[in-house]
Amino acid sequence: MPTRDTQDARRTERLRSRRAQRARETVIVGSLLACGVFTIGVTASIIVLLARESSTFFAREEVGFWSFVTGTEWTPLLGATQEYGVLPLVCGTLLVTGIAALTAIPLGLVSAIYLSEYAHPRVRAMVKPALEVLAGIPTVVYGYFALVVITPAINWVWSGKDGGLGIGPMLGFEEGFGTYNALSAGLAVGIMCIPTVSSLSEDALQAVPRSLRHGAYASGATRFDVSLRVVVPAALSGIMAAFLLAIARAIGETMIVTLAAGQSAVMTLDPRDSIQTLTAYIVQISTGDVPAGGLEYQSIYAVAATLFVMTFAVTLVGARIRNRFREAYA
Amino acid sequence: MSRPVPLATRPIGRRRLADRAFKWACALVTFLSVGALLVLLGAVVSQGLEHLDWDFLSTGPSRRPERAGFHIAIVGSLWLMILTALFALPLGVGTAVYLEEFAPKNRITRFIQLNIANLAGVPSIVYGMVALTAFGRFWGLLSTKNPIELGDEESFFYLRLPFGNAVLTGALALTLVVLPVVVIASQEALRAVPPTLRQSSRALGATRWQTVASVTLPAALPGIMTGAILAMSRAIGEAAPLLAVGASLFMLFTPDNLMSQYTGMPLQIFNWAGRPQAEFHDVAASGIIVLLGVLLTFNAIAVFIRAKFQKPLQ
Repeated sequence: MPTRDTQDARRTERLRSRRAQRARETVIVGSLLACGVFTIGVTASIIVLLARESSTFFAREEVGFWSFVTGTEWTPLLGATQEYGVLPLVCGTLLVTGIAALTAIPLGLVSAIYLSEYAHPRVRAMVKPALEVLAGIPTVVYGYFALVVITPAINWVWSGKDGGLGIGPMLGFEEGFGTYNALSAGLAVGIMCIPTVSSLSEDALQAVPRSLRHGAYASGATRFDVSLRVVVPAALSGIMAAFLLAIARAIGETMIVTLAAGQSAVMTLDPRDSIQTLTAYIVQISTGDVPAGGLEYQSIYAVAATLFVMTFAVTLVGARIRNRFREAYA
Repeated sequence: MSRPVPLATRPIGRRRLADRAFKWACALVTFLSVGALLVLLGAVVSQGLEHLDWDFLSTGPSRRPERAGFHIAIVGSLWLMILTALFALPLGVGTAVYLEEFAPKNRITRFIQLNIANLAGVPSIVYGMVALTAFGRFWGLLSTKNPIELGDEESFFYLRLPFGNAVLTGALALTLVVLPVVVIASQEALRAVPPTLRQSSRALGATRWQTVASVTLPAALPGIMTGAILAMSRAIGEAAPLLAVGASLFMLFTPDNLMSQYTGMPLQIFNWAGRPQAEFHDVAASGIIVLLGVLLTFNAIAVFIRAKFQKPLQ
């Protein structure tokens, strides 16, 4: 039978330990919250940095905001005639992104339909990991592929020299592909994006309830009808979101275009030409020997701001589509 | 669907034919995608295997392709990866635990969540520029010419503020790149833990943190580790942010301390692949084999953890 005193002592001890427990809990939750706040700090840093540096860039008398946004000459490294019109870089980025989208979207979507609707489970179990491996390959490796494998392959198909197929001259085109060209970079970016499209689209297709498929089969549909007329339309919002995510990745892709697309900022939509993208320009200046603080150096922040706005817009549209047009099945 | 589809109006024979043709077209396209992978890998292996030997792994770069080695880049990548893991994993898992286990359902939480989704879409080179300003230059608050120094350049604890083009800056840049990946993967792992486990722990009188530390986190650990390994394999292959923070493309020494200059495997490959001589392209292919070998090992470990430790929790 414990005395009154020891009972009290035990109670206070328990109280104190509970208080200590509560204090510890508060500290821990506080530091976890701090981790969450850090992620907001990262976004704030990006926005503050890009806004601050590009506004000092636009404030220089050599460039203005409008001549930057609407200018069609980009010649910051040509000494006497420095022009800062961003459209050639935007054009290069869109050309590569367009080629990549034309490669990745059909291939990725059809792969997703095959894996989700047609493939035998055993085939699926083999192909899906292979596509995941494709997703894990570093982009610099794709850049190497573009330069060392894809460009020579394109040249072999296009030009008639050295025993090539000679499709170019057959179609009446004189000019061939250079060492650096937009097509090869775009194809490599496209191959890089196939897994993004296929795995996200497949998730969307799998989320369509079985009952819809069964209903269609019961009314006499073939698998083809079910896939293209029932399942794909029902999953369309998820598929579109997958497309837009892939496009955002293609816009921001850096190493492939730096290695394979060249460094000539020109307004062209010809896939045979050497072009320069927004990202490749940032790399060129970052790795070059331009003095920090000079006009050329400051221009990369304005270019990065353009890049950020483009990818952010695409991401935002993707999120809107997913939320607005999602067909919810209970 | 927008309009009722009269499925049975066309003859069944034609529709069966269309079905079969579509099936084979789909299979063809899918295997074309996988085939592209095999062709590319085959090209790399056939070009790079010849140069790949012990000398390649144990010597540094050279101006002559036949003597160029990968050692400095491998060690540099190791430094980058360990440092990145030290920063990104606690931050990422902490954020995920907060969002899944503690955060009240309010506007701030939704904002953090949306923000993480958006961060995942930011191009990696932009993170490099942010890391250069925030960590390399401390937002211009301290001079890079006369940095505040702790210890001298030979000592292993040498620190300098701002960090400049140190391996630490590179690791912090990679941390920013992989942080959203770690957060999203950890959140998924935590969400997969059934709520009944938490409820029973709480019913026994455990506090929320005790529940997280001794019930939820251990149950989610295999999933979190899988995500962490995949995030690290993303970090090890990234080159663009390192180019932006000023990593060097030609290094003759391995890092001694956090402030040393450095290079990494993808940077060295970029350097070799960008040279005009075809001999260097073969060297780049050897480097790619090593890098892909490391990545494949990572993936295998992740698959192993998933298969071995992920108990069904229902």
